[in-house]
Amino acid sequence: MPTVIRDAIIDRACALLQNGTVNRVYGWRQGAFPFEAVPTVFADAAALQAEGIYDDFCAANLSKYLISEIKRDTARILAFLKPCDTYSFNQLLAEHRIDRERVYILAVPCDGMVDIHRVRTAVGGEVTDVMRQGDTLTVTTLYDGTVTLDRTKVLYERCAHCKSRRHAVYDERISDEGAVCDSHRFDEVEALEALTPDERYAFWQRELSRCIRCNACRDVCPACTCEQCIFDNPASGVAHKAPSDTFEEQMFHIIRAFHVAGRCTDCGECSRVCPQHIPLHLLNRKCIHDIDRLYGPYQAGDTADGRSPLTAFTKEDADPSDGAKGGCR
Amino acid sequence: MMRVCQTSALPALLARFAEQMAVYLPAEEDGCVRFSRLAEGTVYCDRIPTATSPKGLFFPQSEDLMTFHVQGKSIDIADIPRENEPFAVFGVRACDVHALSLLDRVFLSDPVDTYYAARRQNGVLITMACDRPAATCFCGTFGIDAASPDGDIVCTLAGDNYYFEAKTDKGAHLLACADSLTCEADTDALTQVQHTIRTRLAALPLSDVSADAFGAGNTATYFDLPVWDRLSSACLGCGTCTFVCPTCQCYDIRDYDTGHGVIRFRCWDSCMYSDFTKMSAGQPRTTKAARFRQRFLHKLVYFPDNNDGVFGCVGCGRCVKHCPVSAHIVTVMRTLGGDRDATV
Repeated sequence: MPTVIRDAIIDRACALLQNGTVNRVYGWRQGAFPFEAVPTVFADAAALQAEGIYDDFCAANLSKYLISEIKRDTARILAFLKPCDTYSFNQLLAEHRIDRERVYILAVPCDGMVDIHRVRTAVGGEVTDVMRQGDTLTVTTLYDGTVTLDRTKVLYERCAHCKSRRHAVYDERISDEGAVCDSHRFDEVEALEALTPDERYAFWQRELSRCIRCNACRDVCPACTCEQCIFDNPASGVAHKAPSDTFEEQMFHIIRAFHVAGRCTDCGECSRVCPQHIPLHLLNRKCIHDIDRLYGPYQAGDTADGRSPLTAFTKEDADPSDGAKGGCR
Repeated sequence: MMRVCQTSALPALLARFAEQMAVYLPAEEDGCVRFSRLAEGTVYCDRIPTATSPKGLFFPQSEDLMTFHVQGKSIDIADIPRENEPFAVFGVRACDVHALSLLDRVFLSDPVDTYYAARRQNGVLITMACDRPAATCFCGTFGIDAASPDGDIVCTLAGDNYYFEAKTDKGAHLLACADSLTCEADTDALTQVQHTIRTRLAALPLSDVSADAFGAGNTATYFDLPVWDRLSSACLGCGTCTFVCPTCQCYDIRDYDTGHGVIRFRCWDSCMYSDFTKMSAGQPRTTKAARFRQRFLHKLVYFPDNNDGVFGCVGCGRCVKHCPVSAHIVTVMRTLGGDRDATV
């Protein structure tokens, strides 16, 4: 991300803090490495100017943090939201999880976030720094000198298949209006659909067998906003802290995918945070693809007031048996 | 006594060990490096740190303890047969073997955890000096020397050779069974390699992380700092850091209802979870900030308090690599250990 964009964003947020439009700013600061971005609340313009960043590693979707942040007091919070983050925010508005008046959205441009795991894999070494110039990344390593990479080859999967550069909701935008993209994001879903049920089962069993049940996918998910998750409730009878076998893990992930079906905006945070690199977004994307085909194209979070196909009945709705065997194809 | 073999002979050497006992080693599958059981086609992977630590081989993420079977008015209680076979773990690094010594303090002190004790008894640790420490490593912060790890057999890569030194009787016994595949060696080659490793360790990006400000007796120094609020605000409350950590030792015991009875099992627990150590009257830490503080002060202060000043972190860097929001122990140590007036 060019520093001129970082400066424009941070300067504007500082001005809004100073003139009292907002009381706090939800952004990012650098962590222990130049490629670590830690979601951070700033209450002070000087601290924001000194520590606030916006670069290729500010991948974390800040929408969900706003639910707890606005409960702290009555302050108005400015949040930096990238295009895909705004869909999550809209969905949270639709579900009455956030009071719109309490948040000032500064829409920030995004041309894809860099996946440090892909960078490490691409250079096959120990990365200490990543610098960007246009679409070229210069990667500093411990033992292999500097390596240059094509930036477009090491973006997060969700960014390589970006669904939209349009901000679905904002108060102020620091960029020109973006457009919905031709993402090809369902190509991999269709490849899985083309497999036999046995092959598909084997694919998911292999992927999900790596799950360590850390719950990062659920905890980061902007659609997972239950006050208490059933899997955290010892009295529920289904609470489990550990993967007792691979089948149980499939149940956990499949139940979660169904629970967020129709509400998942495909923000891709589940796959981004998985420490075992399980492509969890494919489960959600399958649901999205099925909904598109059964009820017509639908993008959760496109607006904050629309009714979703799964919560609004019409006589033209697909018959449930249409998709009964092996899902919709 | 030192033995040496060419790197190309490693598969044969591991196969020889496998004739004696099960062998586990870091292997890559689908982009993840994990400790796997040596089988046909398993290839040793030297990329560190492994996604999860070898802790699970001694203290599994989930293990069944006993079963209760209900029939009419009677209940049969049965012990689960325990695996009691010897096994070897190859490629364990200095941080992870030190982590096992920390788990020993917990599980082998009275009352002894017999499940863990049996596995420690059966396990032979073949450790590996870190010729290429990772960018996220900071074991030196806790006084660990990655050039010279502990272990039953210590292995060091020098050029095209692996050097093996048995440090315990069970290590010597296992190494001896592969004598026909190794030659006697002197320690000259090692001195140079260890010097190179220590130079690399000193130049690591996190080598400046200091634990000096922490240790036993510091609870009052850090407990009430307002900065916990800021440090924890990014935390998702997930269990990633705890589950990739080689020293986290908390577990829960649960009953699984089979319909005709119960399987009682234990599984890793995480102090980051909202129902951690939930009591009949509620639970001790009700906020994310309190849970976050618990995890880091346990590593940096409470564990040293109860264990002769020894830290509960080994600087393996797994949480640094895997925390989804980079709210990891290095961030915490730098913030707390730095100029506190500036950060509160």
